[in-house]
Amino acid sequence: MLLTVLAALNTGFLQTLKLFIVTLMGAIPLGLLIAFGSMNRWAPLRFLVKKDMPKWQKRLLREQLRPISMVCRFLVYIIRGTPLMLQLMILYYIPGQLMKGGSPWGSGETGRFFVSCLAFIINYSCYFSEIYRGGIQGVPVGQQEAGMVLGMTKRQIFFKVTLLQMVKRIVPPMANEIITLVKDTSLARIISLQEVIWAGYAFLKGSHGYSGLVWPLFFTGVYYLLFNGLLTLLFGHIERRLSYFR
Amino acid sequence: MALLEVRNLEKHFGAVRVLEDISFSLEKGNILSIIGSSGSGKTTLLRCLNFLETPNGGTITVNGETLFDANDIATQRESEVRKKRLHFGMVFQSFNLFPQYTALQNVMLAPELLAAEKPDYRANKKQLHQEIESRAAALIQRVGLADRAGNYPHQLSGGQQQRVAIARALAMEPDVLCFDEPTSALDPELTGEVLRVIRELKSADSTMIVVTHEMEFARHVSDRIIFMANGLIEEEGTPEEVFDHPRSEKTRSFLQRPAIF
Repeated sequence: MLLTVLAALNTGFLQTLKLFIVTLMGAIPLGLLIAFGSMNRWAPLRFLVKKDMPKWQKRLLREQLRPISMVCRFLVYIIRGTPLMLQLMILYYIPGQLMKGGSPWGSGETGRFFVSCLAFIINYSCYFSEIYRGGIQGVPVGQQEAGMVLGMTKRQIFFKVTLLQMVKRIVPPMANEIITLVKDTSLARIISLQEVIWAGYAFLKGSHGYSGLVWPLFFTGVYYLLFNGLLTLLFGHIERRLSYFR
Repeated sequence: MALLEVRNLEKHFGAVRVLEDISFSLEKGNILSIIGSSGSGKTTLLRCLNFLETPNGGTITVNGETLFDANDIATQRESEVRKKRLHFGMVFQSFNLFPQYTALQNVMLAPELLAAEKPDYRANKKQLHQEIESRAAALIQRVGLADRAGNYPHQLSGGQQQRVAIARALAMEPDVLCFDEPTSALDPELTGEVLRVIRELKSADSTMIVVTHEMEFARHVSDRIIFMANGLIEEEGTPEEVFDHPRSEKTRSFLQRPAIF
């Protein structure tokens, strides 16, 4: 019995891990893109500014009507403002309702995994983008100015000066968010992704010839604990590696 | 002809006029000190010279080349501004060293990035790197920090950090080196070591502009003094003229501020 349960839970946890890794690989770079988007200062209507305008109008045209920034911030608002579980359900069920040929995702585990990855990447890149933004804006302006007077390009300043200082700043909040991600993968159960909690619950419902078996469900906690313990060690290591400067 | 010519420079932030009709020139090898109370526009003037601010009017000319002309949009292109900045060096009040690099790496970073843009970089990579490293080491030694070259900024005192910042600025071999209140963030006992380094640069015929509150330093080291008040050059002359025989009432009252105790 024990072996059957462990084998099933391992398979489930493999799916959990896959979702976790794909989400990180997608959300870490996409988050940076959204962070740059929300800091974008392009204001195409600033040419409408006239000298004798009231102050609030000038501010509106110069500082508030920045389309790229507005789109990114609105996206972050929507994604952070609604539950991830709801986002999963919308992404999984709504296209099937709207499209004539039925759900584009198919009915198998592959489709569910794809939708889960999509929803998690969008959701987590929004959270990451805010952490990145804080990290970038937390680096003193003087660092950029020092780079500028030394004749460095904006690109060189970002990669050679700002980036590492930003990484150092965001390690603790990112560690927090990534550990949350490990546990959040269980939300994909709502669209029946066969991750570890789904696998544990199956023994309660009845599968593999067992039913009413309670302990496998609770035993899944051990998987989360072990993996998060590993991550905690990893982040501690990264933090120490970056402690050579202040 | 003067090395640096500034003509009718103007800068306003909204309705606030920070610089008005600033004109002066500077000969090669001379040191110009700019004095004046806080808010008189001294720092903004240096930031305009380094293209950290864009002036609203006037011209900046170095060695006969017009780097900036408010009436000529062609002189204000972002791509060219970067090269033009190299005519000027800047030492900030708050040092602004890069914390993740050692003292030596701070000095080497910008020259290496510049060298990497040369067409023959790949062929001579090793040699160029060694040249830059030995030049950087020599500069670190010149500011008296040969034994601290491998230290990170947070391991150095404020005075040492500022001396590294001076070496970093010198590494780009600017025509004019600007100091923005280089000792204002330092304890009194650390001020001396930084001022000494600046004074020693004088013999090496560097051209410098120093914004400072250290009156004794300005009087003894400078060739020219500018006193600024409310965004205007109130008085300009040799140290003797400005300190001993000020013509302007404002200069006189600034210099005669009674000691508080």
